Amino acid sequence: MNDSIVSFLSEFAIYKAFVASVSAKIGFDATSLLTFVVFFIAVLLVVNVMALIGGLGTYAERKISADLQARQGPNRVGPYGILQFLADGVKMITKEDIIPRMSDKFLFIVAPLLCMVGVFATLAVLPFASGLMLTDLNIGVFYMLGVSSLVGVGIFLGGYASNSKWSMLGGMRGAAQIISYEIPVTLSILAIVVLSGGLSMKTLVEGQLGVPWGWNIFHNPFTFIGFFVFFIGALAESNRAPFDLPEAESELVSGYHTEYTGMRFAFFALAEYVEVFVLCGLAAALFLGGYLVPFNLGKGLPLLEQFLQLGSFVTKTLLLYYVVIWVRWTLPRLRVDQLMTLCWKYLTPIALFNLIGCSFWMYFFEGKSLWVLLFKSGAKVAAGHH
Amino acid sequence: MSSYNLDVYMPVAILMIVAALLVVGALLVGHFIRPHNPTKLKYDAYECGEAPEGSAWSHFNIRFYVVGLIFIIFDVESALMFPVAAVFKKMNEIGRGGLVLVEILIFLSVLISGIAYCWRKGDLDWVKSYQAPKE
Repeated sequence: MNDSIVSFLSEFAIYKAFVASVSAKIGFDATSLLTFVVFFIAVLLVVNVMALIGGLGTYAERKISADLQARQGPNRVGPYGILQFLADGVKMITKEDIIPRMSDKFLFIVAPLLCMVGVFATLAVLPFASGLMLTDLNIGVFYMLGVSSLVGVGIFLGGYASNSKWSMLGGMRGAAQIISYEIPVTLSILAIVVLSGGLSMKTLVEGQLGVPWGWNIFHNPFTFIGFFVFFIGALAESNRAPFDLPEAESELVSGYHTEYTGMRFAFFALAEYVEVFVLCGLAAALFLGGYLVPFNLGKGLPLLEQFLQLGSFVTKTLLLYYVVIWVRWTLPRLRVDQLMTLCWKYLTPIALFNLIGCSFWMYFFEGKSLWVLLFKSGAKVAAGHH
Repeated sequence: MSSYNLDVYMPVAILMIVAALLVVGALLVGHFIRPHNPTKLKYDAYECGEAPEGSAWSHFNIRFYVVGLIFIIFDVESALMFPVAAVFKKMNEIGRGGLVLVEILIFLSVLISGIAYCWRKGDLDWVKSYQAPKE
């Protein structure tokens, strides 16, 4: 029920032999110790890879925006400017650290920390592959929703603690926006939970099939709309354009991080880019079949299977990531009242309707997908003619 | 199922600690290489180049409270929906799906009447009109 990377590894004889040999050497049962060590190494790996993806995200953003606007984009540091994010990092770390005199110093320091902790803690349940996920908590998606709301607290505190009018306005807008859009996102997730019958990521992903007509997005008309509600809500939750009102540079200078310099600012930016990846990954896992590979290719060969699953998940997530960047450089920013109208008068009622629709679908059609039902009725008609 | 192992929560704790250490570590490394030339003006809040006028911690618009209130109602309700939604499939398989469906509908009817009331009262409008609703 509760799978993790350790329980995946312990299916291999070589890991068991390793545990036994270590136990023999140190004289007591090394299972717990090695569990900790494996988790620690896996966490370090995931954190480093995600920090790299966050860095490359800033590069991708600039390069794709340049492409969309027929410009060059960064092209000086490294081949095609791909090392730009490292140069930016070095620049950020050598910047003078300024904490405004009038600010609330403690909260000013804590705010970026909350953003980083909130975002990185969600990585624990992100399903990269059936074995290569850090841990498969039985409350997976609920945990993810809960922990990711730390980001909202971080953004509001960042705005509040700076004691600058721009930051305060950005922080207030950010808090209002993030909490509002959490409602349609939660309701869309609930509709999928109803169909899958569980909260753990594995249950949610493996209730689908690897082929596109087995994905939740094409399960029935309600989930099809639900995907778009979820994706729009996710865009707003991660403060991405067209919903980047908390940091609207043409109105609020830089919004909630106006007063932040150097590394402290970099943490907000890194948290944002990693959060976009996590939300795209969640969208891929819930609606687009997650790590499942068409026709279960590679079944029986654990390593190849994991590799293909990882590829499947990362491909879907990065495609969604591209869409997020594409949307940012295509659509103009919304006004605050339009933002609230979109959330409360359009997305929330639609999400409620979807949830009711999915519940009825579950009850009357036993959660079978539209294609299964069509195929069955078609077969029945064909049988009746004979 | 019954043997519940808390080991699976270990990565959560490790991730949080590693993320916090990443922040602290980067700031600590920066501490030794970054310049430190404090002047009075640098430590003022940014207000388009003017000297900051008063504190930013003053009154803010009451509409944020309204949004906060509506959010809390919806969020608590949807948090309570999760256990019901998670058992729907299993209950359906043993033929008790109708019970769960009715439960979900009762929950949602409360939510929907709540949002309809807010809508009618104009609390979902960002700029609320203070005219009395038409009879």
